[in-house]
Amino acid sequence: MATEILMPALSPTMEEGTLAKWLVKEGDTVSSGDIMAEIETDKATMEFEAVDEGIIGKILIAEGTEGVAVNTAIAVLIEEGESADDIAAPASAPSPAAEAAVAEAPAAVARGPVEVVIPAEADLPEGTEMKSTTVREALRDAMAEEMRRTPEVFLMGEEVAEYQGAYKISQGLLDEFGAKRVIDTPITEHGFAGIGTGAAFGGLNPIVEFMTFNFAMQAIDHIINSAAKTLYMSGGQMGCPIVFRGPNGAAARVGAQHSHDYAAWYAQIPGLKVVMPYSAADAKGLLKSAIRDPNPVVFLENEILYGQSFDVPVLDDYTVPLGKAKIWRTGTDVTIVSFGIGMKYALEAADKLAEDGISAEVIDLRTLRPMDMPTVLESVKKTNRCVTVEEGFPVCSIGSYISSQIMQEAFDYLDAPVITCTGKDVPMPYAANLEKLALTTTAEVVEAVKAVTYR
Amino acid sequence: MAAKKTTKKANVSKEELLSYYRDMLLIRRFEEKAGQLYGMGLIGGFCHLYIGQEAVVVGLEAATKEGDKRITSYRDHGHMLACGMDPKGVMAELTGREGGYSKGKGGSMHMFSKEKHFYGGHGIVGAQVPLGAGLAFSDKYNGNDNVTFTYFGDGAANQGQVYEAFNMAALWDLPVIFVIENNEYAMGTAMARSTSTPDIYTRGAAFGIKGEAVDGMDVLAVKEASEKAVAHCRAGKGPYILEVKTYRYRGHSMSDPAKYRTREEVQKMRDERDCIEQVRDLLLTGKHATDDDLKAIDKEIKAVVNEAADFSKESPEPALEELYTDIYAEA
Repeated sequence: MATEILMPALSPTMEEGTLAKWLVKEGDTVSSGDIMAEIETDKATMEFEAVDEGIIGKILIAEGTEGVAVNTAIAVLIEEGESADDIAAPASAPSPAAEAAVAEAPAAVARGPVEVVIPAEADLPEGTEMKSTTVREALRDAMAEEMRRTPEVFLMGEEVAEYQGAYKISQGLLDEFGAKRVIDTPITEHGFAGIGTGAAFGGLNPIVEFMTFNFAMQAIDHIINSAAKTLYMSGGQMGCPIVFRGPNGAAARVGAQHSHDYAAWYAQIPGLKVVMPYSAADAKGLLKSAIRDPNPVVFLENEILYGQSFDVPVLDDYTVPLGKAKIWRTGTDVTIVSFGIGMKYALEAADKLAEDGISAEVIDLRTLRPMDMPTVLESVKKTNRCVTVEEGFPVCSIGSYISSQIMQEAFDYLDAPVITCTGKDVPMPYAANLEKLALTTTAEVVEAVKAVTYR
Repeated sequence: MAAKKTTKKANVSKEELLSYYRDMLLIRRFEEKAGQLYGMGLIGGFCHLYIGQEAVVVGLEAATKEGDKRITSYRDHGHMLACGMDPKGVMAELTGREGGYSKGKGGSMHMFSKEKHFYGGHGIVGAQVPLGAGLAFSDKYNGNDNVTFTYFGDGAANQGQVYEAFNMAALWDLPVIFVIENNEYAMGTAMARSTSTPDIYTRGAAFGIKGEAVDGMDVLAVKEASEKAVAHCRAGKGPYILEVKTYRYRGHSMSDPAKYRTREEVQKMRDERDCIEQVRDLLLTGKHATDDDLKAIDKEIKAVVNEAADFSKESPEPALEELYTDIYAEA
């Protein structure tokens, strides 16, 4: 019986890939373990092995094809005596990942749609060329530009050099800057966070990459006790110009110990600056500013966003100041405040709400410490309503703080309580449907906005 | 106290001996005064005295040059005085006044001097070890021949991050001297109850780091070991471990009654091994100084310490605006 060979998922976040090369041809006999093809994921080129024995009856996807979705049939395996001609072209198999039953927002009262208003980029010179860039490339470009600018900047972390980065963020940096400045460390987060901090005391500008911020819990003593507090404890004598960066929060199906969002943890610490970008332009501009900042900066990235493309200004030195929020949509009925991947839900919700006649202003905090509360308050004073969106836990969340600030600074302007959309108060489950439930969703944001606008 | 004694005492000059005597005495008198001020309520919080261990920093500092760095734990007053920081500024930090090295915001455990390359003063046991390796990393990166002295105790030697730092320091040939100040007690826990082997320096062998034990009550032995370690690091041969076997006479901190050891044990050490008395004997028997000469030095030191104490009382408390300064450096 003919067996379909499907495009494999070769990383937790892979949704599609390039079928770079077939190493077998139609008519070849393969057995379990034979390498059949090379597949490029967003992170690496992987070899794809046969699982079943048989004859390659038909190759359905030609080599060189880009954007092949996971689970697309790429070839058909037949048994001896079967003919390839008998095979009907199969349809793509559906994704086995369970589509969680997320409640759709209740149907809105029929209302005419409103216009989605995207404000112009105020700070860019007129006619600035934009280039579609992934967050991954933007981060790499930011580090490369800063390393070219200053010899004191160096990168250290697990697999950053020869492996080219566990998530390919440091791809090419070893080649350009050499092993002195792009340093593979042993798996020893506590130790290399301390060495990086000491090197910053010694006058260098380290970028310390954590393979994920989940592992930085081993190093958090140095981030907080050594890096964040020393300027104060030394009466202003000794600063610590260091960047701790890496993916933070949930990726996909990696369970409780690899999915924690630390935004609220680090944002609590005086002496730290905390950045959590959403777009590629901000990832680049903010990382460049973080590297130049004389203070310790925790730079929280997101694995799912790494592969997403955004327009990035083509400028010799594009920076975004720390501590300044960005308004992605101007609106009049509600303020949605988010940051990092939460912006994806915030923007999707704003677009849906516009169809229902609700005009949402969407603010991307970008920096969590110092937090740009003036921009939030100004917006809330106009819209009189606020919903916050983040993937972290609900207790003592970023949203809780924003909510308390609005109560203290803009209570009389509020027409409804602030609603905080957060991750659920549970360790991250592994099962696909439960994981989806544990994270916040666009539908929840829509629902929250409808609640505060009494629609 | 199994450390070997190989000191060539005959070759030590009068000037050297007098300078060690002075430096060690300054630390002891300073610490005695700090203990007194603590008793008077002028110094608060935790206050960890260095009395008994003076030969360690004085001997190690004898081999340093300008540019070398040092970093240690919260038992840090001796290190600061030995590297030339002003006793007035140190004492005023202990009393939490604006004339202190950290403007009164760091306290006994958290003091720094960029000018003297003293990088703290760290309150988390063992944290200074990777930090010290990082300072050495910066010197290697910058291509100079500076050495970082990274001090920690026998207690800190059981922290995992110490061995993470050993591994990377050896892997990357960092110019760092790991100085284990083994005073036999990690707070109230004797070595034998906390540490699986009696000689901590031997743990370096697992990482290919050379090391040795030194008699930490003998300033000349410490100095000699320091010179050897410094030469190793300056030559680009990577890290070196010195386990300096010493003894603290006072409790772990001012609030520790030290019931975990006998009074006789402490007295025996004071009577037979005291680092200052040893140098005093050498000065007198070698006819380098008379009793009167030494009395004059004692008087001089006493005056310096009293001046520091007076300054630490007269210096005002930090201005209230200081609460919100030095949190961020200007970008």
